Amino acid sequence: MIELAGLTKRYGEKVAVNNLTFAVRPGMVTGFLGPNGAGKSTTMRMMLGLDNPTAGDVRIDGKHYAQLKDPLKYIGALLDAKAMHGGRSAFNHLLCLAQSNGIPRTRVHEVLDTVGLTAVARKKAKGFSLGMGQRLGIAGALLGDPEILMFDEPVNGLDPEGIHWIRNLMKSLAQQGRTVFVSSHLMSEMALTAEHLVVIGQGRLLADLSMPDFIRQNSRSYVRLRSPQRERLLDVLHQAGVTAVEAGGGALEVDGATSEQLGELAARHQLVLHELSPQQASLEEAFMQLTAESVEYHAHADHQGPAPDGAPPSGQAPGRAPGQAWGAGRQQPRKGK
Amino acid sequence: MAAAQVLKSEWTKIRSVSSTVWTLGLALVVTIALGLLISILSKNDYDSLSREDKITFDPTYISFAGMSLGQLAMIVFGVLVVSNEYSTGMIRTSLAAVPQRATFLFGKIAVATVLAFLVGLATSFLTFFIGQAMLGEYKAQIGDPGVLRAVIGGALYMTLIAMFSMGVAAMLRSPMLSLGILMPFFFLISSILGNVEATKKIGRFLPDQAGSKIMQVKSPFDDDTPYGPWGGLAIMVAWTAAALIGGYVLLKKRDA
Repeated sequence: MIELAGLTKRYGEKVAVNNLTFAVRPGMVTGFLGPNGAGKSTTMRMMLGLDNPTAGDVRIDGKHYAQLKDPLKYIGALLDAKAMHGGRSAFNHLLCLAQSNGIPRTRVHEVLDTVGLTAVARKKAKGFSLGMGQRLGIAGALLGDPEILMFDEPVNGLDPEGIHWIRNLMKSLAQQGRTVFVSSHLMSEMALTAEHLVVIGQGRLLADLSMPDFIRQNSRSYVRLRSPQRERLLDVLHQAGVTAVEAGGGALEVDGATSEQLGELAARHQLVLHELSPQQASLEEAFMQLTAESVEYHAHADHQGPAPDGAPPSGQAPGRAPGQAWGAGRQQPRKGK
Repeated sequence: MAAAQVLKSEWTKIRSVSSTVWTLGLALVVTIALGLLISILSKNDYDSLSREDKITFDPTYISFAGMSLGQLAMIVFGVLVVSNEYSTGMIRTSLAAVPQRATFLFGKIAVATVLAFLVGLATSFLTFFIGQAMLGEYKAQIGDPGVLRAVIGGALYMTLIAMFSMGVAAMLRSPMLSLGILMPFFFLISSILGNVEATKKIGRFLPDQAGSKIMQVKSPFDDDTPYGPWGGLAIMVAWTAAALIGGYVLLKKRDA
């Protein structure tokens, strides 16, 4: 269990992490989501006592990080796959970490085996590919068999096989009852692994909720209709008490009715339909919408409009403002959902 | 026992990178080789020395002439031991494993210091005996007054130079910056300050100028240095302590 209370980090004028309060609970994978520059890595460094908070604090099982005796036995972290001396062999890298926390040498062999690096254990780390470096970093996190694991962007730069491996590893660690905290800037990645979500943007907490709640709140489904008899269709829908929103290309978007109901309604009034398709806004779009106003670095200016009223309340996902911004976020339901 | 664990871990770190072997090896080889060369030259030049210079002829100190270059390798050793953590990013992994920063830094420095002292001791004795062998009839004996002190002092000098460099590297973090300041300082600036009349009085309080006094058995004629061999070493110890404390204070309060 990791608890953050009012955690704040300021660099001069710039607030990197702004009054974060949330808890990371055992037995599940908690996703820590935010755009680049949202303050995820800074938050994680403060959790490990590497950076000093400007205000607030972090407790690991009720203690400050520096109070932990042999911290690797409580919490294992992968912050940066390159946080190691390239001239040292994989084995010696892990051995020096193990010795500093009184972990037996045999455990080094075990974790090397777990991450599949036994064959290159005596090779220098600087010859490792990104994926191998990531595996070595994960071996270091697993070394003390800790109850809490933290991974900062673990899938970055990995090949599909490596990504698959890390996903399964995180899930199995959580199934063993451990606390697993993993950061990402990709909603799609989180949707596959995390059961709980903490979303931040510009250092502020935007959402702290379970993945099913996030999906329910943020991925609204609707039906898309196109008809050559558009005006009549609108009248019919209006009489049936169904609200339709006009979308681009002459299409209509309807909330609160299934495609079956709408098809039958059109049939009863002998309306020709060119399109009748159930749609779902992707989680990725929902995430972008949630963090739109807090994205620090835009590729260009003409992005989706910012939410009308400034800062969202912390601790809750802000209510999505209905309107045109949503039109951009709609697409075909993904296969396999 | 946390400190013992850290010492073990730091020993693994230091023995598992090649820079340790080549910096310390270079310190030993360069010091001995240059000492040998200068001992031979001094022997051949002895007859052309003035009467005064013959009286203050210090065979022990002459055999240590290689220290001026060998200490540079010791500086590189001290700098790399500490700044490698920063230049590789290992520092974050290290401090996550050992969040007590004093234990981490002083554990690391303790291991590196013991190693530097052992290599310094070997270097010092070897360079003394090899140098004396070259000096032939003008040589000093290890049992002569002050000679053993000077030889052990040579080892202490090398150790303190390495420690001072560790402290500076802990403050500056970057290996390039640390070496860029320490190398020219000890190789050029300090000896210029110590030999130019105007700056001599300040120059001799610099760590290497003060510390190298311990390797002298005989003082030059016009020597008005206000400290003896141990006083000089104490000045060097003070510089080293200041660098280490500075390094610790910055490590303690800085973000990793």
